[in-house]
Amino acid sequence: MSLARRLIGFNLLTACLLGVGGWYVGWFAAHGIVGPSLDYFGDVDFNELSIVMGYLCGVLGFLIGLGFLNYPISRLRGYPPSLREKETGGIGRYFGLCTDHKVVGVQYLVGIGLFFFIGGLNAMLIRTELLRPNHQVWPAGTYLTLVGIHGTMMMGMMTSGILGPFGNYLVPILIGARRMAFPRIEALTFWLLMAAGAILETTIFFGGFPTGWTGYQPLGTQANPGMECYYLFFALVGISMTLLGLNMIATVVTMRAPGLTWTRLPIFVWGVLSTAVLMVLAAPVLIATLSMAVLDRTAQTNFFVPAQGGSAYLYQNLFWFFGHPEVYILALPGFAIVLEILPVFARKPLWGYRLAVGGLLGVTLLSFFVWQHHLFVSGINGDLRPFYMLSTELISIPTGLTFICGMMTLWRGRIRYSVPMLFCLAWFFNFLIGGLTGVFLSDTPSDTTTHGSFFSMAHFHYTIMGGLVFTFFAGIYYWVPKMTGLQLDERLGKIHFWTMFVFFNSTFFPLFVAGFLGQPRRAVTYAQGLHFLNVWVSISAFLLGASMLLFLYNFVKSLVFDRVCAPADPWGSKSIEWQLPSPVPVHNFDRIPVFSGDPYGYGEGGPTPVPAGAPAGME
Amino acid sequence: MRGTGLKVIGVAAGLAAAGVLIGLYVAKLTTEAGSASYTVPVTTQGGHKVVDLRIETVAAVGPQLSPGHPDYVSYLVRDTQGKWLRRTVWRLPADATVHVTIYNFDGASGLRNPLYARPQGVDGNVMTVDGKTLKVIPPDDASHTFAVPAYGLVVPVAPVADDAKNQCDYAPCAMSTAHRTIQFTFHTGKRGHYRWQCFVPCAAGWIDGFGGPMQTIGYMDGFLNVV
Amino acid sequence: MAAPASDNSSHGRRVIVAWIALSVVATPLVAFVLGPHLPPGNGSSQATEQVLANTWITSLITPVVCLLLVFFVYSLTQFRHRGGALVDGPPLRSDSRVQIWWISLTSLVVLFLAGFGTFELLQNGSGGGQGPDPIAIPKGQKIPVQVIAQQWQFTYRYPTYGGVETPQLVLPADSYVELHVTSLDAIHSFWAYELGVKADANPGVDNVAYVKTKGPRTFHVRCAELCGLWHGYMFNNGRVVPMSQFTAWIKAQRKEFEPVAKYLPKYADVYYPDPQRRAG
Repeated sequence: MSLARRLIGFNLLTACLLGVGGWYVGWFAAHGIVGPSLDYFGDVDFNELSIVMGYLCGVLGFLIGLGFLNYPISRLRGYPPSLREKETGGIGRYFGLCTDHKVVGVQYLVGIGLFFFIGGLNAMLIRTELLRPNHQVWPAGTYLTLVGIHGTMMMGMMTSGILGPFGNYLVPILIGARRMAFPRIEALTFWLLMAAGAILETTIFFGGFPTGWTGYQPLGTQANPGMECYYLFFALVGISMTLLGLNMIATVVTMRAPGLTWTRLPIFVWGVLSTAVLMVLAAPVLIATLSMAVLDRTAQTNFFVPAQGGSAYLYQNLFWFFGHPEVYILALPGFAIVLEILPVFARKPLWGYRLAVGGLLGVTLLSFFVWQHHLFVSGINGDLRPFYMLSTELISIPTGLTFICGMMTLWRGRIRYSVPMLFCLAWFFNFLIGGLTGVFLSDTPSDTTTHGSFFSMAHFHYTIMGGLVFTFFAGIYYWVPKMTGLQLDERLGKIHFWTMFVFFNSTFFPLFVAGFLGQPRRAVTYAQGLHFLNVWVSISAFLLGASMLLFLYNFVKSLVFDRVCAPADPWGSKSIEWQLPSPVPVHNFDRIPVFSGDPYGYGEGGPTPVPAGAPAGME
Repeated sequence: MRGTGLKVIGVAAGLAAAGVLIGLYVAKLTTEAGSASYTVPVTTQGGHKVVDLRIETVAAVGPQLSPGHPDYVSYLVRDTQGKWLRRTVWRLPADATVHVTIYNFDGASGLRNPLYARPQGVDGNVMTVDGKTLKVIPPDDASHTFAVPAYGLVVPVAPVADDAKNQCDYAPCAMSTAHRTIQFTFHTGKRGHYRWQCFVPCAAGWIDGFGGPMQTIGYMDGFLNVV
Repeated sequence: MAAPASDNSSHGRRVIVAWIALSVVATPLVAFVLGPHLPPGNGSSQATEQVLANTWITSLITPVVCLLLVFFVYSLTQFRHRGGALVDGPPLRSDSRVQIWWISLTSLVVLFLAGFGTFELLQNGSGGGQGPDPIAIPKGQKIPVQVIAQQWQFTYRYPTYGGVETPQLVLPADSYVELHVTSLDAIHSFWAYELGVKADANPGVDNVAYVKTKGPRTFHVRCAELCGLWHGYMFNNGRVVPMSQFTAWIKAQRKEFEPVAKYLPKYADVYYPDPQRRAG
């Protein structure tokens, strides 16, 4: 293939070019709809429609550039159906549409990691501002944009933080399949997410947005055109989530290998499945809500404008109907990773398998009945508060099941403190604090003070960063040797863990105190008396950021420079992915395996069970 | 060894690219037109600091002062050469008397909260409009307010009549065009960083009149940097 | 070196004994030493009640924290892998006794907390905004005060004192105050920290919260819901003063704001001020 052919084939470069081109096409087309304008680019404030159309056409161009239309067109022209595309070839397949679930998994890991670091950079900038109680490092208003980008990026991108990389990579292998149910949709979810992330960052060219990640109305209707980027980002993330969830459910339900009954399914797959159910049921509500908000801004409808007969409560209800399941979309995969990794390092079977599954499903179910605890002081449905208080507190029962299953798995085990295990153990500490502080927020009397304060902010950082991000890193240290066939430096990994654990707690624990003492969320000023606490938190946050850079250093050093080959099963796991060579061959298995038990048979005698049907390239 | 060299170059290039991108990102966030501060000149009278602050309000800031948003409503401040600047962060001395003169070239919008139709937090709780001392104006007439909530200071800005001849379309406005002159005096207290804003929903086209220029520094919002 | 079967119960006994011992020491310490210092202090009946709620919750979660602490310290030190070769632990897959105990205990704690919260809530609304139709209405004489939020300042109206509006919040001591919180534009949240009051200010909604003031003091008012550019600067101080001072103060306010009184809209639960989209 010639170089020119390579550059203008359907790859990331073409996609970006068509994306930018599509943006301008949409912009000019929408100008045709809203009528002639004096100045095509100067009157950006009154051309919401042009911006929306620009981004929509940009995304379309981006997807066409990646080649998502090629297959439908070739089918229309009569070519035979095919499920796979571009699965062979060198590093190039990572930069375009590829239907190999393992490539998509790696793409997700790198892509989400990139945006995770951008979100983290914004957090550092936020903490820089809060070094002083009043003085402005950033121009007024920029602080709110930073808070908005940080929150939205993390809440949006990290929804797929575990299902994207590890779900896509591992679920087909764990269930003994060669692919996902819908491989092209699988690739689509990833590229939609990347387009969304880029769109969110461009908000700074349109004045940013002031609403934080919740996008409350009517503030959102009132905001600068940068608001459009928020809506489009979250709507695209919603579409990506819905498709990802559908794909996961279809795969797990229909493509399990012979012998893999529901009670033999690895707990990680159960976690993915329950998260996928949440995604499919919650994310469409978000897409609809944001579409209504975009209509309010572009077509002058009034769904959410109280003065014109709309309702700001409607937005809050719809948003949190998505928003609360959303936080469990973030938390559940973490539960699953912890329960999946603990047996390997405790060398014991997972304790209370059915209880653990019940816990995951219980959280899934209950999470749809709690959303109005976000509106305890809003004045909506004051008489429903006892119900939402009860339902919210009930969620700690299924969550507690995850705890007891994990704890009893450790009980009398032979615990090895490898890096993935350390991150899983930290999860117990973090999620315990996160969960117990949640009680203060769910109980209406104590919620009055903690609501909307730094207390609630610290609470959800403990559950999401302490729950999701720690397990995200556990997953990286645990599975990257399988994904790449290379070892990560264990010593640097341990330093990364301890610095991250210490500075994470030193960053967020004082914020409970700050919230208790009356510091409201998202406020650029705070009382003079809280100065010391905030300086402490900022410095800890910077050190936490440095710890992330240490991880990056380890990642690059181990995978680019050292390149020490990892053994096929470095952890002594009995799960099927470790019985395959590292990295896993393109078609996973030569013959589809037959399962005869769950992957947790530690201490139950016999050699490591290799599923019938020797995996491809068995060494 | 050659492989390692290439890798080092690759990683260095990646780092440099990331550094440049982060630098540009931070620079873009830091520079917002209108957020630069303007130091108001100080005179001393009998050992007491006195400041003469001359500002104007215009219905549209015009392409010359704001190419990005020519139709934003805005405050402007006059420098010592008599030039109007679109800067809304003003440096003032602490414990000083500030004589403010607002030239308003804009028509009426009306207040959302009529309470602000009465000057408060200024000497005598009165202002002079074209030389006439007023205790209150009809709230529907208010064109803008100049408000520093930390000082309890709110002054409503009287409007140019809708049928006035020779109206100024956009800044810079000649003093020969129709305008009102509002004067009042207040005192800066201790050092600090005080926001000021407008309470009139004067941002045309936004819900509740409080979007766009009302929420962007450099137009209808700013700071008093009291040092 | 597989552990003998009797180990299970002796490990368990040690953990439980240590847990009980630690809890017996820690819980009273938390309840009686830390408890009184928990926020939001003693500024109103509602605030006092919230301190009580915070104390109960903190005391109740102390044994939970103790259990996990003891369990993890014990397990992570006692059950760590020693030596080189991988050895599997005992294949314990489940234990219905542990399951039943755990589920019963967590359910008990959860139901108690929900019951306790509901009881406190129904007592007097616990300081939160209850919307236009409150379910927890305290008995007796109440002084209505309206809180009007606007981008970006709170102002206050006293309907029983001629509907006077002022940018300052002054409340009489030892009285029941009925706060009507509303907004003229975006969503704000009225948070009087020391009084233990938080109520969202929604445009077109009359959000009612009750507070019974105690002795004279000052308190901080902040906006607790993101409302735009100056959200971080939307704060002021309020005062609780003796009734006589309050009467004198409100008289002075009526005099001071007399010039603008005739322009104020008639007192109403909510306001939809014009112009909505118009501007100059």
